[in-house]
Amino acid sequence: MKILTGNDLKSGAVVWWTGFGWSLDVNDSADVGDHGPAIIAREEGAQNVFAAYVVDGEKTEEGVRPAHIKERIRALGPTVRPDLTLKPTDPDAINWVI
Amino acid sequence: MYKYDEYDQQMVDTRVAEFRDQVRRRVAGDLTEDQFKPLRLQNGLYLQLHAYMLRVAVPYGTLNGTQMHLLGDIADKYDRGYGHFTTRQNIQYNWIKLEETPDILAELAKVEMHAIQTSGNCIRNISSDQFAGAAADEIVDPRPYAELLRQWSSFHPEFLVLPRKFKIAVIASEKDRAAMRLHDIGIKMVKNDAGEIGAQFYAGGGMGRTPMIAPLIREFVPLDQLITYSEACLRVYNRYGRRDNKYKARIKILVHELGRDEYVRQVEEEFAHLQTLAIEPPLAELERIKAHFVDPAFETGLSDDLDLTDPDFRLWVERNTTAHKQPGYIIATVSLKPVGGIPGDASADQIRLMAKLGTQYSFDELRVTHAQNIVFPHVKKADLYTVWKALDEAGLGTANLDTVGDIIACPGLDYCSLANARSIPVAQKISERFGSAQKQAEIGELKLKISGCINACGHHHAGHIGILGVDKKGLENYQLLFGGSEGADTSLAKIIGPGFTEDGVVDAIEKATEVYLANKQGEERFLDTYRRIGMDPFKEAIYG
Amino acid sequence: MVDVQFRFRDDEAVNDPAVTVDAFSEQSNATAVRIEPGEDARALLPYLDRLALVEVNFPAWTDGRGYSAARILREAGYTGEVRGVGDLVIDMLHHMRRCGFDAFAPDKALNPTDAKNAFERWDNVYQATVVDGRQAIWAKRHPA
Repeated sequence: MKILTGNDLKSGAVVWWTGFGWSLDVNDSADVGDHGPAIIAREEGAQNVFAAYVVDGEKTEEGVRPAHIKERIRALGPTVRPDLTLKPTDPDAINWVI
Repeated sequence: MYKYDEYDQQMVDTRVAEFRDQVRRRVAGDLTEDQFKPLRLQNGLYLQLHAYMLRVAVPYGTLNGTQMHLLGDIADKYDRGYGHFTTRQNIQYNWIKLEETPDILAELAKVEMHAIQTSGNCIRNISSDQFAGAAADEIVDPRPYAELLRQWSSFHPEFLVLPRKFKIAVIASEKDRAAMRLHDIGIKMVKNDAGEIGAQFYAGGGMGRTPMIAPLIREFVPLDQLITYSEACLRVYNRYGRRDNKYKARIKILVHELGRDEYVRQVEEEFAHLQTLAIEPPLAELERIKAHFVDPAFETGLSDDLDLTDPDFRLWVERNTTAHKQPGYIIATVSLKPVGGIPGDASADQIRLMAKLGTQYSFDELRVTHAQNIVFPHVKKADLYTVWKALDEAGLGTANLDTVGDIIACPGLDYCSLANARSIPVAQKISERFGSAQKQAEIGELKLKISGCINACGHHHAGHIGILGVDKKGLENYQLLFGGSEGADTSLAKIIGPGFTEDGVVDAIEKATEVYLANKQGEERFLDTYRRIGMDPFKEAIYG
Repeated sequence: MVDVQFRFRDDEAVNDPAVTVDAFSEQSNATAVRIEPGEDARALLPYLDRLALVEVNFPAWTDGRGYSAARILREAGYTGEVRGVGDLVIDMLHHMRRCGFDAFAPDKALNPTDAKNAFERWDNVYQATVVDGRQAIWAKRHPA
């Protein structure tokens, strides 16, 4: 699947496109197919996000998983600070990245 | 240390207002991200993998207790309770919100701090020797010259958009603790035959994709020509540095392509021209700045004795302290590299504790080192045990300075949007493998530096052992380099062979230390043995 | 022809078409010339007395060669108009003034209120550029 990520304009927080809006949780990501560039143009134009880009991902049992390690870390948080990640109570969260 | 006058304060306050205005225009949609980016970068605001990152300047690495305390408070109030001390002697915060940034800058300005030119294609925050003003081996305190250059380079209208970033370091002792010759301009304060102080200039050093050691470009610049000469160096670079290729835009490429002699000729020509204009501050200005850097009120007649009966304290004293120029005092370095920890990170509480100790026991002065540690420059020997005790209780008492555990590491792929591989987990594994006191004592001085990409923020080219993280078909891979040094004997490390996995690189380092220990003669450090016997025995052990 | 949006001169604006640096040296009658980023402002120094306008082009404001070009002309005593043209941004206006620019013709008109704020923002400056007539902070600290 193709998913979309960008940064919230006012805070800079990493967000993912849900099909209707932007979420902090990668698992809310929608498959944008070929529509990525059009959605980016519209959403950036409306000042909702900036620095948006399309990445490959796949839907797994545990949720949406970006294809490249860089976006997996982007989605989860720093692997060296599990307490600051999307899953602070999951001791195995790091395995999802690697 | 330097104290702002009304002018300095006004400059910083004006900058806060300007940046607040820029953020307003950005949020209102008057500035696109493409337009805003170079502006925010000139104020240390990066967009990283997870959020905005703000880099706060610590000019020449010197700060007082009040400033350090505020750095802790900012970590709590605006970030997630910690900060990261960098190889440029600065601090950066990883979870900053754009809308709050002007308020952070306003708080910093109240304690005479800022984020001016901590990134962007301009003259960056100037670095120096972390032991300046305390070291027994310096000929003069380098910081007044760094401060003079700080003011000259702040908002210099001609040099705000150079071909690429520009880093300057100023030192004043034979032992180089600031990697001076790995800077765009390296300045070494020297004394000439007539006994006058002046500046020796080196230009065109740097790490990154094309590491180079800066050649000497002028033996002696008199103090009343320091700014004029610097301006000449910068003008030649601004006009002729390459702008067609980002990776060839640093001054090192210009000096290399023109040749050192031709660069020098052009600088001298420009220098002669600029001397006809009145752009040099009077020596009285240097004297005014120098007055801020006079020695603190050291007590005299103090004993040099230390009670070393506590073995842990003894180890820390042996590893983490350095001789002070004043009898009865000592320079203490706080390692931000606990075993298995994140190099350079400190919690808000730890930062405030160091602030308090610095105020109480080091004449209200602290330093940030390019090796990502903190220094108390002026501790009375009689207070040293108390200081260490307080540090140790807060997890800051690690005795590993300049050993294999004292690793320089960039934030890597855990935080950085440019990185290809993670750096911190490798540092953690190495420090766990070699972190025991016994291992460290056995291996001795070994400077290990890790970068998560070719930009070399982790100084891997200058490591006795360097590690470079690369992306190999979507997997993290690590190249190993040996033989670098950033000291007075600056050298660039060489790649030894094919790369490794994360665990593989730790194993390879273990084999390398075994080769060293088996071949070591006398007091040789790892680097000395490597230089004597060459790469082959190491390669054989690792790949054989 | 892009309009001049800000001008800090009292004399009549020169509206002659600016020729390229190459063409200029062969056209003894031209009074206006345009410098591109890679061109050497010093090539114009022999002709300063017959120049009334030098346009310094900024295809991108982040190419900083134009700032040196303007200052070099002023250092050599050129008193005609130095006009920044192209991709000018509000945040550099003050610094451009300091390098000797006295007219501004941005590709896209700038917000006049924001621009006014930018021109007037800095009461003091750390360096002497000599060409802007401003006293550096160090000079104020040590009055002669």
